[in-house]
Amino acid sequence: MVTRRQLETWLLPVGTLVLLLVGWVVAVRWTGTRVFPTPQQVLQGLVGMVRSGLLWRYAADSLLRVGVGFGLALIVGLGLGMVMGLYPAVAAALGPVVQFLRPISPLAWVPIAILFFGVGDGAAVSLIFLAACLPLALHTTGAVATVPAIYLNAGRNFGLSPPRLFFRVLLPAAMPQLLVGVRVSLWVAWQVVVAAEMIAVDSGLGYMIVDARNAGKRYDLVVAGMLLIGSIGLLLDMGIRRMESLHWVRWGFREE
Amino acid sequence: MKPTTALSPPPAEASAVRATALTVRGLQVRFSMPTRELTVLEGIDLDVHEGEFVCLLGPSGCGKSTLLNVVGGFLRPTAGEVRYRGELITGPDPRRIFVFQERGVFPWLTVEDNIAFGLFRLSEAERRERVAHYVKLVGLSGFEHAWPHELSGGMKQRVEVARALAANPEVMYLDEPFGALDSITRHSMRSELLRLWESERKTVLFVTHDIEEALQLADRVVVMSARPGRVGRIVEVDVPRPRDISSPRYLELRDSLLEEIGLAHRI
Repeated sequence: MVTRRQLETWLLPVGTLVLLLVGWVVAVRWTGTRVFPTPQQVLQGLVGMVRSGLLWRYAADSLLRVGVGFGLALIVGLGLGMVMGLYPAVAAALGPVVQFLRPISPLAWVPIAILFFGVGDGAAVSLIFLAACLPLALHTTGAVATVPAIYLNAGRNFGLSPPRLFFRVLLPAAMPQLLVGVRVSLWVAWQVVVAAEMIAVDSGLGYMIVDARNAGKRYDLVVAGMLLIGSIGLLLDMGIRRMESLHWVRWGFREE
Repeated sequence: MKPTTALSPPPAEASAVRATALTVRGLQVRFSMPTRELTVLEGIDLDVHEGEFVCLLGPSGCGKSTLLNVVGGFLRPTAGEVRYRGELITGPDPRRIFVFQERGVFPWLTVEDNIAFGLFRLSEAERRERVAHYVKLVGLSGFEHAWPHELSGGMKQRVEVARALAANPEVMYLDEPFGALDSITRHSMRSELLRLWESERKTVLFVTHDIEEALQLADRVVVMSARPGRVGRIVEVDVPRPRDISSPRYLELRDSLLEEIGLAHRI
């Protein structure tokens, strides 16, 4: 039995998608453009990329760069954020620096990244790291600092040692907000990998887009690259969203 | 139904009851506000005996919760001291467990795991036995694996009380534990708390702003006045348990407490 609600959660987005596709086709036909591809052409381009095996390689390269850069950002960002959240003195010392660096677009770092790491993976990974690390550190600071004192007091009352208090009270209490921080910074990381690949490397989905345009204005591949980036980003986000529904963090996402 | 005389403790127990558990002397708490100094508590002297049920009664803002936080070891006084069995209190201790309003239940643990929280020093088997006992005692059988957000306010409050009792403390501090509950649930929670206290005989320090609640529960009611918080009269509630809340003595005590707090008898 399909409920009205289930129908809505599937039908509405699928309907929007179909409308967009139809609009796309109509727009291409109506303007008579020779440059911008139709959905069929994009699909053909995509199939060609899959056949040559390039698509998987590019996607894998992009994911690997995000994996390394974001992985490093997780270690440093979570660590830094927790220290800042736990020790107000550290927050006072480092907070302004982080706040100062954060509004600088990761793209502004490109020349410096290339200067330090050369044109290549090092530059791309360092950009991802930088872009993901700062918002993660700030979110983590907030998540840790806003854990209600009542939980910490209860934990201390039962005689928990500081490490035990950290793992059994502070961490689980901060977990929902930590996950939000991870989600936001993964978005940023995925956005930045594309930008980094357009400049610093010669593989990956970002490179695919730039390369397709430069090598013969293959706009079918440009659009295919964009669609792929969107889809993979969506999958990554859905992965984290799944974590939000786990029992021991779900309480933090409920409206009461 | 036991005869009323059986409810008054035998002489041997009575002398044990008189031993002092908590001693508060010359307690003062001041907070530095941006514009002025705020004295929350001033010159508080108080003794709580072993196994005694004492209620701190006063209007909101009289510093009774602050006093409980100092006695609980969460807040350092500006002057004066608190001793437990002669030993200076410098921090929280598992022998003296603080029960918050139901907000203190950990939302990331099930009912069972919440109750087991303070039992990490015990073996798995002991822990399971203890949890099962207290789940039953507070009437949460069948909800062992429920999550706090699935429970009502009264049930969450029971989880907190069970979590405290399971740790087998000598003293329990309760800070308006039933404040967020509706009046019907409050009433039944009070009699449940009394039942638990009568079976376990912990020393209880209970903060409330509800005169009836204080009179129904306490051996002694400590009336506090506000700004700065001071101890006013201490009322011995000499109504035998189970208390008849329409007995002349009960009503007389209620009226004198109303007067003490400065309220009229008629509305």
